[in-house]
Amino acid sequence: MGFAIAQPILQPHECPLTDISSRTSLTPPTAASTPVIALQGVAKRFANGTLALDQLDVAIRNGEFVSLLGPSGCGKSTVLRLIAGLAESTRGTISWSGAHRKKHRPDKPKVGFVFQEPTLMPWATVLRNVTLPLELEGVERRLAAQRAAEALERVGLTSFRDAYPRELSGGMKMRVSIARALVTDPPLLLMDEPFSALDEITRFKLNNDLLELWRAARHTVIFVTHSVFESVYLSSRIIVMTPRPGRVFAEIAVDAPYPRDESFRTSAEYARHCRIASQALSRAMASTL
Amino acid sequence: MSSTASSPVATRDLRIELSRIVLPIVTLALGVVAWDLVVRIKDIPPFILPGPGLVAKTVISDWPLLSDSLLVTLATTFYGLALALVGGVGLAILFNQSRLIEHSLYPYAVILQVTPVVAVAPLLLIYLPQPAAVLTCAWIVAFFPILANTTLGLNSVDRNLVDLFKIYGASRIKVLLRLKLPAALPHMLGGLRIAGGLSLVGAVVAEIAAGSAGAGSGLAYRIAESAYRLNIARMFAALMLLSIAGIAIFLALSLVSHLLLRRWHESAIASEP
Repeated sequence: MGFAIAQPILQPHECPLTDISSRTSLTPPTAASTPVIALQGVAKRFANGTLALDQLDVAIRNGEFVSLLGPSGCGKSTVLRLIAGLAESTRGTISWSGAHRKKHRPDKPKVGFVFQEPTLMPWATVLRNVTLPLELEGVERRLAAQRAAEALERVGLTSFRDAYPRELSGGMKMRVSIARALVTDPPLLLMDEPFSALDEITRFKLNNDLLELWRAARHTVIFVTHSVFESVYLSSRIIVMTPRPGRVFAEIAVDAPYPRDESFRTSAEYARHCRIASQALSRAMASTL
Repeated sequence: MSSTASSPVATRDLRIELSRIVLPIVTLALGVVAWDLVVRIKDIPPFILPGPGLVAKTVISDWPLLSDSLLVTLATTFYGLALALVGGVGLAILFNQSRLIEHSLYPYAVILQVTPVVAVAPLLLIYLPQPAAVLTCAWIVAFFPILANTTLGLNSVDRNLVDLFKIYGASRIKVLLRLKLPAALPHMLGGLRIAGGLSLVGAVVAEIAAGSAGAGSGLAYRIAESAYRLNIARMFAALMLLSIAGIAIFLALSLVSHLLLRRWHESAIASEP
């Protein structure tokens, strides 16, 4: 199954403010925002018997920046792995619309993936690391190097193209990792707590840069985090998950307009959304205790 | 030594570096002097313990004979090591690609390793021509560390990188060539450094075994032959050359390892001052 190619993009600030409570109160998406990725009744049981996800329904619309927010062990990362095709769901279906499918593997989505660690090849230069996805997809070498150089420019690391990963700081390594995820121009970017190991100053900077990249490229982003503040700052929508098994507990539309910058971080609006999100998070955790 | 205010750390580093080179040389010199004194004072005859001077003289006077033997032993060691590298890495790749092959063969690789090569050499000399038997001994002892280390390296690849390759639909061969082999390289080179010394041991053991059967011309054969002739000075000379060969092999392989890893691997990077 599949969906029609995405309808006109829903601007994030057009999202109706949905106060949280449970997802039954979620304002239904407007007709114009057909999902580009949909998970329906998805369950995942690991080989050791742990039920990581159960009855998970998530619909992602084109161009959205969605955060999956939840305590560790709630299966957020598993959701990303299922979407990326790195794991198979035990039950339920995951479907993508046309542009999000791979050409040669229509059953797999075309994604960029950013892991929790930078996950760079230590034996290869920054440029070679960023070129890797293109080379694996069989892009001609010179074109691949050129596109990789462009991706590096987007994350501001052009002058480090010939450096080796060990010569870079943690934040710079993560930039390389983001450039590598973006180099194939995927319609969907999956990010698994990418900034959780970084110091706060670096994290704020990368938050801003990520929003810039997202505004420029308009890809869809699914961002896993356990930080309420990060999820509110970045996303147009937050999906709060319960732990063990992971389910959607609440959805919060963050209707503050983009571009967002440091002034948003200190605004009353930001504080209000943070309060809503953290209340939802603590209720999600209480619901399973 | 500089005495500017900014250089005490550099000066200390230099001193440590110097002591790493100078101290072993001083120790060696003291040992040689003590050896010489004992031989002179106790007036020990050269067929029991020759002095260092006589050993040095023997190295020079017997150089044509000894250098030929050295070349034979070095060639055996080198070919043994090269075959061990090919065999060890090849087998490690096979093990990595197929659990069936790994489970079928790995126990026998271990048996080959734990059986003392001294005990195997006489048998090999019966079934194989002598150069082939010596080479086989060198190979047997050298190949296991390469196999074991490369296997470890191939199995300790970053799981996230494996996932990344999967996301972009990389074929098995690409995962092997672009990910697993580079990731295994530091382990493989560690195995190679151990194997270099062991290959020399294997060659010497086989030459000794072959020498007692009356054939061969490697350095170990010279040692065995000199023992029969009570030419103790030549035994020492040959032994000395073997030690130097072992040191040279180790240094050469360390250099190869350093050159291949210096840009990216922690083991090859000097810590920040």
